[in-house]
Amino acid sequence: MNTSSLAKQRYILDYAFASLLRRKSKNIALGLVYSFLVFLISTVLFTATSLKHEASLTLEDAPEITVQRLVAGRQDLIPVAYADSISAIRGIQSVQPRLWGYYFDSLSGATYTVQASTDLAENSGETVIGAGVSRRYEPEKPARKISENDILPFKTHDGHVKNLVVKGFFPAHSELITADLILISETDFRTIFGIQPGYATDLVIKARNERELATIAAKIVQLHPDTRPILRNEIMRTYEAVFDWRSGLILLVLSGTLCAFAVLAWDKATGLSAEERKEIGILKAVGWDTSDVLYMKFWEGAAISMLSFFVGVIGAYFHTFIASLVLFEPILKGWTVLYPEFRLTPSVTVYQLTTLFILTVIPYTVTTIIPSWRAATIDPDSVMRS
Amino acid sequence: MRYRRSDLFLSLVLLGALMLVLILVDTAVTNRIDQDARRERQAIVKALTITDLCLSTEARYTRHPSMADWHAPFQEHPLSLEHFPSGSMIAVPPHLGAR
Amino acid sequence: MIRLVDVRKTFNADKPNEFTALKSISFEVTRESFVVLKGPSGSGKTTLLSLMSCMARPSAGRIFFNNQEITSLPERFLADIRRRSFGVIFQQFNLIKGLSLLENVMIPAYPSGEKFAVLKARALGLLDLLDITPRADAKIEWLSGGEAQRVAIARALINDPLVVIADEPTAHLDSRLSREFMGIMQRLNDGGKTILIASHDPVVYDSAAVERIVAMRDGQLETGGRLS
Repeated sequence: MNTSSLAKQRYILDYAFASLLRRKSKNIALGLVYSFLVFLISTVLFTATSLKHEASLTLEDAPEITVQRLVAGRQDLIPVAYADSISAIRGIQSVQPRLWGYYFDSLSGATYTVQASTDLAENSGETVIGAGVSRRYEPEKPARKISENDILPFKTHDGHVKNLVVKGFFPAHSELITADLILISETDFRTIFGIQPGYATDLVIKARNERELATIAAKIVQLHPDTRPILRNEIMRTYEAVFDWRSGLILLVLSGTLCAFAVLAWDKATGLSAEERKEIGILKAVGWDTSDVLYMKFWEGAAISMLSFFVGVIGAYFHTFIASLVLFEPILKGWTVLYPEFRLTPSVTVYQLTTLFILTVIPYTVTTIIPSWRAATIDPDSVMRS
Repeated sequence: MRYRRSDLFLSLVLLGALMLVLILVDTAVTNRIDQDARRERQAIVKALTITDLCLSTEARYTRHPSMADWHAPFQEHPLSLEHFPSGSMIAVPPHLGAR
Repeated sequence: MIRLVDVRKTFNADKPNEFTALKSISFEVTRESFVVLKGPSGSGKTTLLSLMSCMARPSAGRIFFNNQEITSLPERFLADIRRRSFGVIFQQFNLIKGLSLLENVMIPAYPSGEKFAVLKARALGLLDLLDITPRADAKIEWLSGGEAQRVAIARALINDPLVVIADEPTAHLDSRLSREFMGIMQRLNDGGKTILIASHDPVVYDSAAVERIVAMRDGQLETGGRLS
């Protein structure tokens, strides 16, 4: 492209942008709606990618196989004895029973994940808690953080109260995995939840060779048809799909915005207004040819979509990674009182940005040019004849 | 004409592009800074055999989606009508459909 | 310079509202002449002007500009000739609302892609020539009739055309402004430009500047003409 055609494009851009500014309110409304659409799509994309990335890294050493027992389609306690027969399967290094469950604290309204750990001395009544737990509030008392040596009372399965002493906290930056976690000893767990010594919540398996996991899983099911093994890669895939665009609320909001946008695009597609057609007639009459007019329409569309792209994407980045998805918080928080506080680590790539750019700019620009085709080919003398 | 409209537009584009570059830089920097924290998290996951990220404490299938069984939503409602807001955002894990 | 040979122009051909605006016109305009097309509305003056200024193609016949046949020239080349050689002043001025005087004047030169500073200087020079420089940044909507007319003239001159064309230029002007307009046209003609005006206003065709009057009626030329 030589300098004169670049200069020509700049002039046409001058005219196109001035043309947009002349119909300020309409074009600002259009831009805002479109920016919002881009914002939503980008937020979903950024969140999903970052979570996927974070999960793949953080859960790298998650249990290779987790074995659950299903009774009448529901998860039930698993006999620890299963571990003996399972550990005999070739390729298995170790089988450990896991004790974990949920505890609803009526005082604070929070639901905690409670897990037994051999790191805590048996029957000690000691506990290590996550940052979200220590933030919990009690309705009568002002919000205060739990500190070391505070007592956490637990209602046991048989109506008694078991007091646990807080002896440690999970680090703040581990909230992504420990926010609601309460770690206690095995005996304390069984005391609170009333699970008999021969039973556990599930079993975790360490294998010698990662590639044999599927085979081992099949053998486990053969041995115990009432079990359901979950492989590590299935855990990973869960988080790849976690903020899928098909999830209800996101789909709803996206559809709504797409509809709004479709209405605006339809308005353009039904042809140019008489005023716009007259203007094109004037341009043709003073010496612009059809391609000049089409370039002008192209720049009109490209200008709005490019600016919307920037506003939407940059806004989405701020919203997702700096404001921690504050707009989605009510939905993610739902009816809970314990909400994990963490900053998602961004995982934005040039590829993502390029894809968003192409998806944002091209369809919109095309929507602007096509209905203008007819008007652009108007005869130059039309303005004289009318 | 105080200024050329194309100058205005091009400066906005330039500003936007600059911010995108800053975004990429921020991503790289934050990831770098986060490395130690990440390693600690990995260690905790390994030690405590953790299987899920704590994204929501609302329902068991949003707190531990990878552990959820097919019927977990049904336990909340016979028609498994979603009444947990977080459930409308956190999608069903793929392996539930696989078997 | 501009030569029409047996030209016919029909609109909406083969449709119920088919209409022949020009019925077999052979006509020539020489360089630097000052020609007025006179006749009632519907006589075909505007159509003839548009054919001569590369804004439309004839349904039959041939048109030559500077001895080059332009009858079936592709649109892009025709537009190029139109832009470089013709400056048009419309009956309703047809300035673009919402833009300033200066921008309106510069628009016909945009496709040429010349340096902005050069173009802007030339545009300001034209506004100066027509005594409206102080209003350069004003929006078109705020102008009086006379000022708008002068902007329309300036716009027609931005590409330094060989031919200036005006279609009923005095239709919305009072006598004083009409005479002023003819004065400007005479200056341009003296400076070497060819002037073609279509008008049924006596102020125009009785003006001393006019060299030749061509009368038209019902899409045809009436014989005769006046040379000053």
